[in-house]
Order: sequence, then C-alpha cells, then structure tokens
Amino acid sequence: MKIRGKVFVFGNNVNTDEIIPARYLNTADPTELARYCMEDARPGFGRGTDIKGSIIVAGENFGCGSSREHAPVAIKAAGISCVMARSFARIFFRNAINIGLPIVELTEADTFEEGDIAEVDLETGKVRNITKSTEYNAKPYPAFLRKIVEAGGWLEYCVKSLQSLS
Amino acid sequence: MTLAQKILARKAGKSRVEPGEFLLLDVDVALANDITAPLAIQKFKEYGGEKVHDPDRIVLVPDHFVPNKDIESAMQVKLLREFAEEQGIKHFYEVGRMGIEHVLLPEEGLVKSGDLVVGADSHTCTYGALGAFATGVGSTDIAGVYLTGRVWLRVPESIKVQLVGSFKDFVTAKDVILKLISILGVDGANYRALEFFGPALREISMDGRFTISNMAIEAGGKAGLFPVDEVTMAYEKERNIEVETLSVDEDTVYWKEVHLDLSQLEPQVAYPFLPSNTKDVTEAEREGIKVDQVVIGSCTNGRIEDLRLAAQVLKGRKVAPHVRCIVIPGSQNVVKRALKEGLVDIFLESECVFSTPTCGPCLGGHMGVLAEGEVAVSTTNRNFVGRMGHPKSKVFLASPAVAAASAVRGYIADPRRL
Ligand code: SF4
Repeated sequence: MKIRGKVFVFGNNVNTDEIIPARYLNTADPTELARYCMEDARPGFGRGTDIKGSIIVAGENFGCGSSREHAPVAIKAAGISCVMARSFARIFFRNAINIGLPIVELTEADTFEEGDIAEVDLETGKVRNITKSTEYNAKPYPAFLRKIVEAGGWLEYCVKSLQSLS
Repeated sequence: MTLAQKILARKAGKSRVEPGEFLLLDVDVALANDITAPLAIQKFKEYGGEKVHDPDRIVLVPDHFVPNKDIESAMQVKLLREFAEEQGIKHFYEVGRMGIEHVLLPEEGLVKSGDLVVGADSHTCTYGALGAFATGVGSTDIAGVYLTGRVWLRVPESIKVQLVGSFKDFVTAKDVILKLISILGVDGANYRALEFFGPALREISMDGRFTISNMAIEAGGKAGLFPVDEVTMAYEKERNIEVETLSVDEDTVYWKEVHLDLSQLEPQVAYPFLPSNTKDVTEAEREGIKVDQVVIGSCTNGRIEDLRLAAQVLKGRKVAPHVRCIVIPGSQNVVKRALKEGLVDIFLESECVFSTPTCGPCLGGHMGVLAEGEVAVSTTNRNFVGRMGHPKSKVFLASPAVAAASAVRGYIADPRRL
C-alpha cells in the first residue's frame, strides 16, 4: 500500500501528554479525541482543515510517556495517514501496530520539511520525498509484526487465530 | 540469562529465550484503569467478546479521576463497575477500598515474583521490584487478554545497573532513579529492561525498589527488574506468598552496564520538561526557584515510607504562606497507617491538605491542577509540558524530602539545610 501526503514536522520526544492531553481523556470517543490531536504540541492542529491524509514526521522517541492508546487513536481518527519518526517510544510503537496506524521508522526523518510531499510504500519500506526528489529505505517490520499488520491489527489477528482453533 | 530472559523463558516453557525473539505468552495479571479500561472493554465487545478468558486474572482500578471529578469520569467508572459485575471480576476496587493501581496491587498481593503482568498503564513496570516481568501496554493488548488470555512480547535486551555504596542522609531511591534517567536519557532504555544489582540492594527497602522500578519507563524501559532476595521474600511472606529466589547467571552478558555509587549521590531535582533534566539540589537551591504548589504522593512516592520521610521534614514546621502543599497517600492502607503513626496530624499541623488516594494532580486531572505560570515541586514521575495543568505551568520532580523542604521554604530547598 502506498501512502502520499503533505508533511507536518514535529520535534524530538513528543510525548503522549502533548499528543492528547489528560484534560481530554474523560472520553474514549475517537472523533472527540481527534479534535484535540497534538493539542499541546501545536494547539488547534486536530481541528485544522488540511490534516486529512497528511503525514506526521518527527524526531527521536515519538510517543513517549503514558501508555494511553488514545494517542495513536486520536492521530488515526484525525485522518493522519502515517507517522514517520527517527524512533518511537516502545508502548506507542506497540499501540500503533495493534490498532493499525501505519508507522515508519526512518533514520532520515529529519530531512523532511513542513509542507513537503512524502510517499511511503508500506510493503517495500521505500520512502520518497517528492518535493525534494530524494528516496530512502525505512526499517522493515520483523516477520512476527508483519503478520499482525497484515491481519489489520492485533485483535483481528486474535479473532482469526481463535477461529482457527475452534 | 538476564532476569528478563529467565522470567520470560519460564513463562514460555522453554529452557532459553533470546533478546529480539517474539513470544506469545499467557498473562498472569491484566490491569487497566478508569482511563484505559473503557477502551479495552469497548474493543473486547467490538471483536465479539462475550465472556472474558479468565476473570480472576483481570484487575480493574479506577484511580485517575476518582472520586469522580465530573460526569464523564463517573460514566467511565460506571462502565468498569458494570463490566466487573457482568463478568464476575472480583478485583475491581471502589473508592474506600482502592489505591493508586501500582501501590495497590503489590500491597494486596495481586502480583508476585515470577508473574507476567501487563497493564494498560505505562507505570506497570513498578512490579519489577518484586521480580515480576511487568510492562505497560495499550488498551488493545488488554482487550486481547480479555479475549484470549495472551499477549505478544519481544524479549528485551537488558541494561545492568550496578548499585554500590551507602545512602547519605536524605538521599533516597527517588534520587537513584532520577540520576539514572539523567545518565541514560529519556529513551536510553527504549525497548530494553533495566536490571538492578549490587551490594547496595541490601539498603533499598521494598518501597524504595517500587519507586525505582516505577520510573524505568521514564528512561524508555520496558521493565525495571530486581532479583528476588530476602527483602522481597519478607515482603511476600507478609502476604502469605511463597516465592523462589531469582538471580542472574554469573556469565551473563549485558547490552550495557551502568555503575552508580550511592555514597556520591546528592538529592536530585528534575527540571521541566523532561525527567532527565536533573541537577543536584544544592545547585537548584542556589537558583531560588519560587514554588506555588508541592505535591507529595503518586505511584512513585505515595507509600508509607514516603509519607514518613515527608512528615519527618515537616514536623514542627509550617508550609510557607504562599505555598499549597497537597499530600496524597497511595492507598487506603497507606491512609490507615499514616493515621495510626500520627503522620496525618503532622501534615495538618504543618498546614498541608491530606487527600483520599487518587492520581489527582499527577496527570493534571484534579485535586491541584496548576494555573498559567505556576510552579510545582512534585514527587510524581513526569514533568512534561502541561502534565499538571496549564501548558505554561512547570513541574520539578524530586523526593518527598526535597518536596517537603521546598514546601516549608517556599522555594526549591535542600532538606539537609532547613
Ligand atoms: S499516580 Fe500518576 S503516574 Fe501513577 S498511575 Fe496515577 S497518573 Fe499515572
């Protein structure tokens, strides 16, 4: 699957309190959470009219902090098509895989600038910066995780394996 | 093998597992709270769940916004309560019996050495202090456990932390972990387990070990593991739990090793906006940082020893006129002990508020949310932007001793120079 979209750039150590602040956590409704996506990193981001289909690019340790799955849920529900970062915090990484939010670990993530158009091929790991005509190779998922991603998420995988057991 | 490998190999029924290996494992305890459980329950139902795999392995603790701060929070807790009833889940803790999850679970003997514990809360790593493999996951993982009893895990590489020397006065376990995070950085242990060894372990009580394991995640760690020794065994024995010793093989090779001499350690203060931004308290004190609020509590430092230490500093003194000092015990049991030991009187005499157990201000929920521009010294674990309230407020992290001294002085202060 190929994803193409406009890039929004964030820095290092973007934590889940910035992605979805606790003051919005008295609901688990994705559309409500989406409105406040990235609120404390960039106020109003989730209510922007130009974020649908776009790509978030960040530095090291994206999604550090609390385990709240509301963070990747908010990003996905806001219509962000993919998150690319130099590295992800562990729990965010696992949550994104589990809920089927495409994420890509890319060493060259910091070569992207706000507004660049990026294209990501999730199968091959090829990442292109269309604006700058550059191309990179992202780290591929380990085989086990690919199975989860291919199933569409962890629960899809669980339900399938439960069905095959019975 | 490392402690992490040993526990996970045993769980997998294998003689050996290697870092990087992916495992599908049966979970002993699956924890969720008032923020993360609603999402897990919703997903469980969405994916056709009717009866949970094993109700006795499920723990539900409403602690973040309780006693419910608003209608939405009340609705979330209602969802947990009804789910517990419908599924026959015994381990649901209502106000009056509850505590902050990571204080409550060990205290109640719900987690023990050798267990595999997953929790939809990043500080689930706290139970590594008991020699359990305990790690934070998301709500979908918890829904997966409700459906199948299982979770997927990657065997982590481990970092060995060798602790030597003896604590100086007013230097605590909190200072050990803050210092370590500053050495490793906030992602220095990402995907790895921290494992604590060395002669200094003898000096670190169970409460202190919980504090250290609790903040493993602030260095990105997947787990913060202690071997099982006499200290652990004594703690477990009080709860009628028999455990085996857990230690590491002599020839184990670690991904990285860090050495920390406690006798060289000063009380630490972590500056906004990262837990790794630490300075010695002596340096912080010189800067004369004015404080509006002090919070003593949380899953990091809301245990009885923490309250004793704070009370020792506050006894016979008053909180500075411009400071609000909020003391929040970690569980109902801690409340009872604090009452019995006369600590509550000391806090009230010093003009602190003493609250019922709750996460409260730790995540800016309620019970002490900061206004624009305000500064707090807190014994909690995170000082990110907006963590305790307004995005333009600031949180400095420290031990109960430094927090209490700062409450008295009204600026960040060294408890040894009151
Ligand atoms: S006390 Fe703070 S860190 Fe601990 S569980 Fe509650 S909100 Fe999370």
